[in-house]
Amino acid sequence: MAKKKFVVGCFDNEEVLFPAVKKVRTAGYKIRDVYTPFPVHGLDHALGLRETSLHTAGFIYGITGTATALGGISWILTYDWPLNIGGKPHFALPAWIPITFELTVLFAAVGMVYTFCYLCQLAPFVKKHHFHPRATDDLFVMVIECTDKTNIDDLKGFLTNNGAVETDVQVAEEGWWWGRYDKDDEKTLEKEIVAA
Amino acid sequence: MHLKYESQLREPLVYGRKTYHDVTEEIIRPIEAKPGKLWYVGFYTAVALLLFGVYSVYRDVTYGIGQWNLNKTVGWGWDITNFVWWVGIGHAGTLISAILLLFRQGWRTGVNRAAEAMTIFAVMCAGQFPIFHMGRVWLAFFIMPYPNTRGPVWVNFNSPLLWDVFAISTYFTVSVLFWYSGLIPDMATVRDRAKTKLRKYLYGVAAFGWTGSTKHWQRIESLSLVLAGLATPLVLSVHTIVSMDFATSVIPGWHTTIFPPYFVAGAVFSGFAMTQSLLLVVRKVYHLEDYITIGHIEAMNKIIVLTGSIVGVAYLTELFMGWYSQSKYEGYTFWYSRANLFSPYGWSYWGMMTCNVMVPQIFWLRKARRNLFITFFISVLVNVGMWFERFVIIVTSIYRDYLPSSWSVYYSPTIWEIGFYLGTFGLFFTCFFLFSKYAPVIAVHEIKYVLKTSGESYKNTMGAIEREPVEEFAHEYAH
Repeated sequence: MAKKKFVVGCFDNEEVLFPAVKKVRTAGYKIRDVYTPFPVHGLDHALGLRETSLHTAGFIYGITGTATALGGISWILTYDWPLNIGGKPHFALPAWIPITFELTVLFAAVGMVYTFCYLCQLAPFVKKHHFHPRATDDLFVMVIECTDKTNIDDLKGFLTNNGAVETDVQVAEEGWWWGRYDKDDEKTLEKEIVAA
Repeated sequence: MHLKYESQLREPLVYGRKTYHDVTEEIIRPIEAKPGKLWYVGFYTAVALLLFGVYSVYRDVTYGIGQWNLNKTVGWGWDITNFVWWVGIGHAGTLISAILLLFRQGWRTGVNRAAEAMTIFAVMCAGQFPIFHMGRVWLAFFIMPYPNTRGPVWVNFNSPLLWDVFAISTYFTVSVLFWYSGLIPDMATVRDRAKTKLRKYLYGVAAFGWTGSTKHWQRIESLSLVLAGLATPLVLSVHTIVSMDFATSVIPGWHTTIFPPYFVAGAVFSGFAMTQSLLLVVRKVYHLEDYITIGHIEAMNKIIVLTGSIVGVAYLTELFMGWYSQSKYEGYTFWYSRANLFSPYGWSYWGMMTCNVMVPQIFWLRKARRNLFITFFISVLVNVGMWFERFVIIVTSIYRDYLPSSWSVYYSPTIWEIGFYLGTFGLFFTCFFLFSKYAPVIAVHEIKYVLKTSGESYKNTMGAIEREPVEEFAHEYAH
């Protein structure tokens, strides 16, 4: 991944953030992301993000679990080693319901969490560029991608007028890399003082 | 612009005039400070208990479970009693985080993190008992279905004991996933505040590189909602299946169709009691009275009185059926072995009745529900009572079987049986002490999420909204 230049605007109130998001988008800027300390409901819609289909994945994993349990137990108890348990039928479906249910839940949960981590690119030892350390504390950090045409000073002024308490320009790596948080590496932060 | 709305009539969930930063500060400070003397005393006591437990288990493995006083008649004693007891305690966490999330109960935010952690540790303790009860613990992997060179001989999928294996291991896995996925954003908060290199490194690893991106929040919310939807039937299924260990047998006292709902209610009952005992201490020690409020405690006490009464109805139903069935074996178990105070184990039945059914009725009074001392006292009693319940179910049903010559009224635990039980206390509290030292005991981001609707100082702004015409509010709410 390449390094890109971003304009960062920090807001300290979600009620100011929403109109700002609307205005920045109407003005034609491309918001890369808004980093928030907690889930702000409606922000995904305001940013024009589509709904996540994580739950669909969960459904598919769940069905896989059901099929694995039913298929596996049927094969084991009726074909591979039909055990005579008190003369009861080999194909004893009602007695298999508990395990079938448990495996459905297990597959769905484990699969969804892995999918979630994959989609969000979350894992131990993964490092990403953090635009503001207080984004996990009390600041709502709006990050706007710069193009060749972006007038950075104008944009900073525009953000301040719309309620940003802090603005900044950062050149940063977009994706993630293997790294440790106690060590600064080259990819992390390159603050650049932009001459007007 | 009003993003959220909550009626002024509801009690605030967060007291005091707080900003988002204050919330972070107050919840994370105990992690960053050196623990106090009390913490060390508690922690080392727990470790000592754990070591005693390890030694007891070592003897059990070396000499066999003849170390315990179990005999041919009373084949299940303290071990399975403790197993069911711990599993029951492990039910409150997922109930709070899953079922209350689905019911949109805002008060869960203050208590869910600690309760979920408690769940995980309790299930860990529970698992020890059946595993070591097997005797040859090094063959414990035989309970998993895997292709083997012995036939292959598979496990019996029709057996409730195997259902238990799947239920408990699934429950443990899902609880861990649910708990940790909620913990990631808070670990990131701790990481970003860290001053020392070691903390930055460790919390950096634990936070999985969390940034707080809007898309990630959207996904984590969807994840926790679906996990809650999955965990809700799961939590009900686990104790249902545990109850089937008994209910599918033909032993008088076990062969009862009301067992599943009765066990689930009992599990929730004991789980909430344990949550109460722990949180009352945690809020005091870590000065979190603003977040775990009297309102939270009252809400949990309401659930305790509800589930306690459900359990009480189940006890009475059993007694009624013992008479109504006109089966002399059932009648003997329920009316002699249990309800007769002067029978060998009658004391355990009446201990159970007192602690579980009578004592919690005081929670019908609002004053009692909001009194910390009464709450703590009763929460401990409830757990004692719930231990008695499992002991009653297991031992009083089997100590006098169909053959009087094999009756056994002499079952009492050896020191190593007791040591094993104390050891699980050690394990539980060691884990809990470490958790409360190294992770935020309250979900920081969830508190921030409800702060502006349910925080005390923000509630006054709701008055202005309440005076607005409905149409105007609806228009604004739609953005």
